[in-house]
Amino acid sequence: MLEIKNLHARIAEDGTEILRGINLTVNPGEIHAIMGPNGSGKSTLSYILAGKEDYEVTEGEILFNGENLLDMEADARAAAGVFLAFQYPIEIPGVATMEFLKTALNAQRKARGEAELSIPDFLKLVKSKAADLNVTMDMLKRPLNVGFSGGEKKRSEILQMALLQPKLCVLDETDSGLDIDALRIVSEGVNKLRSPERSMIVITHYQRLLDHIVPDVVHVLSKGRIVKTGGKELALELEKNGYADYVGEAA
Amino acid sequence: MTTPITLTQAETGLLDRFDAARAGLAGSAPVAALRAEAAAQLRAKGLPHRRVEEYKYSDLRAFLKSAAPLAAAVTEAEAKAALASAGLLGNLDRFRIVIANGTFLPGLSDVAALAAEGVSVTDFSTALAGEGGAALLAQPKSAGSDGVLALNTAFVQGGVVLSVKAGAEIAKPVELIQIAVSEGAQVTRCRVELAEGAQLRLIETFAGNAGAGEINAVFDYVVADKAKLASTRLLTSEAAGAVLATTLSRLGAEAELKTLGFIAGPEFARNQQFVAFAGEHSEAKIYGVSMARGKALADQTLIVDHAVPHCNSREFFKTVLDGEARGVYQGRINVAQHAQKTDGEMMTQALLLSEGAEMANKPELEIFADDVICAHGATCGQIDEDLLFYLRARGIPEAEARTLLVLAFLSEAIEEFGEDDVTDVLEQRVRDWLAVA
Repeated sequence: MLEIKNLHARIAEDGTEILRGINLTVNPGEIHAIMGPNGSGKSTLSYILAGKEDYEVTEGEILFNGENLLDMEADARAAAGVFLAFQYPIEIPGVATMEFLKTALNAQRKARGEAELSIPDFLKLVKSKAADLNVTMDMLKRPLNVGFSGGEKKRSEILQMALLQPKLCVLDETDSGLDIDALRIVSEGVNKLRSPERSMIVITHYQRLLDHIVPDVVHVLSKGRIVKTGGKELALELEKNGYADYVGEAA
Repeated sequence: MTTPITLTQAETGLLDRFDAARAGLAGSAPVAALRAEAAAQLRAKGLPHRRVEEYKYSDLRAFLKSAAPLAAAVTEAEAKAALASAGLLGNLDRFRIVIANGTFLPGLSDVAALAAEGVSVTDFSTALAGEGGAALLAQPKSAGSDGVLALNTAFVQGGVVLSVKAGAEIAKPVELIQIAVSEGAQVTRCRVELAEGAQLRLIETFAGNAGAGEINAVFDYVVADKAKLASTRLLTSEAAGAVLATTLSRLGAEAELKTLGFIAGPEFARNQQFVAFAGEHSEAKIYGVSMARGKALADQTLIVDHAVPHCNSREFFKTVLDGEARGVYQGRINVAQHAQKTDGEMMTQALLLSEGAEMANKPELEIFADDVICAHGATCGQIDEDLLFYLRARGIPEAEARTLLVLAFLSEAIEEFGEDDVTDVLEQRVRDWLAVA
């Protein structure tokens, strides 16, 4: 599914080096958790996977189902099946959520050479997915993420994921800003998408999320490198002892 | 003692045009005197130019290279053919009033149907010839000696007087279309009177102008107590060259005025408005949506006079510029000393799509009362890369994402204006404009 080989990257604007040789292989159906202290490069990795242009890859490559991901534009990556659930979903005034969902879904279908969904079919699809996530019609009529609470924004992200049916889901601190109930709803939404053909990378600071979304593999990222890889029990250990054992200093 | 100015070719041409046309222009003797006075102003001051504060960013004198003659009168048959190809509003259910080459054509207008609804439509030039003709050309104080208004007074060919009787609520919108059937300048004036409690939605469109000869259109709104007027004005690519539109609004007590000026296409478009509150507890909501590219100019200028207490005004303007286009927003809210409890909120926002585009935002508050709420703001920026990335990360290609964001930016004003009849028309216009890029 995904192969990251010796990935080095820096911020394009000021040249600050963020990623210093990441190696990561994610097989179909696997869930990988990436944990690590602030500033270790977790969000940068997720942005680079999604195609944000603020970063410059200086070395290494990323293969997605055998294709060179770094050669693809952000929208082409999305159409190919990469989905980033944003840590801070962006508010877009003037674009109704429903309209946005329809545009995104049909753009991806078009890019893949599939027919656009008719409006009734689309509405039926959205309604069924939205109900699972407690996303109301009122929210769908509002401008995208505008005035949404933290929980609503995250639910809206997972709704997009459920609609777009990506092959690789990258969840960037999806648990941030969620209360316990919202965390449960969001996690259930994510778990519903688990399948042998779909892989996930779950980026988080806290073990709590991983109680709900149980990973197959846990990685510790520090200073732009993966410094430790283990099973789900690694997350529990980190929760208890902190990152100090792996990063060489108190986080 | 001021030295006489050196007239430009256009100014000389306009004065020649005046001498040639004056005998045939409509109006009583006092009207003729006002016209002569306006022509004298042109001779003395020339066209409005950058050294005149109100035209600092919109130099009409520099833009207008020559003066075309006034458009010649046309027959209804000729106008009918031209109208058939002017589909600005699609199949929107509406009444229509037609002005062609500057002259009202009752035969092509829904005069009888409107009369049945309580709206009388008569020829402005007939009214000018009548006893109160000169009063129809009165200028509000805030307009000062505005050069565009003076040009209108000097040359006005015709237009309509539209009167809605007290309490009449006109269900369908009324389109007032001004169409150029042949080349030449079109100078019109329309007076729209709403008697107490009347309600009207007006859509003002311009079509058929190829750019040879300026369009100078004045709309004079008289909104009586408790009356409600909503007007949408489209200054679009169907009207090329210089398009000068002026609104003079007077509001009685508990009246509501809502306007949206939409600019997309003319090379030199100025939509200027002078709004005066004459009665308490009234509200004016003034919106503007401008788009310009190439070397075009889109100017939205307004002065809102809070002369009485307890009135609200909201001004919300959006501008999108590409190429080397220039956008202008000049908005001034005046609050007189005794106009307490005034609530004024003005915002102008511009989106620049290119390095060469230029926006002049000039919001102004002039407040003499001490118990008022007035706010003003101005922003000018580029498309937010983070928004663009979010949309692209969902699979929306860059060009489509940009269109979506520009549309969203402009739609904020269109949606807040909230005239559902025209929302689709305007948003489609925005899409069409963007598709050309």
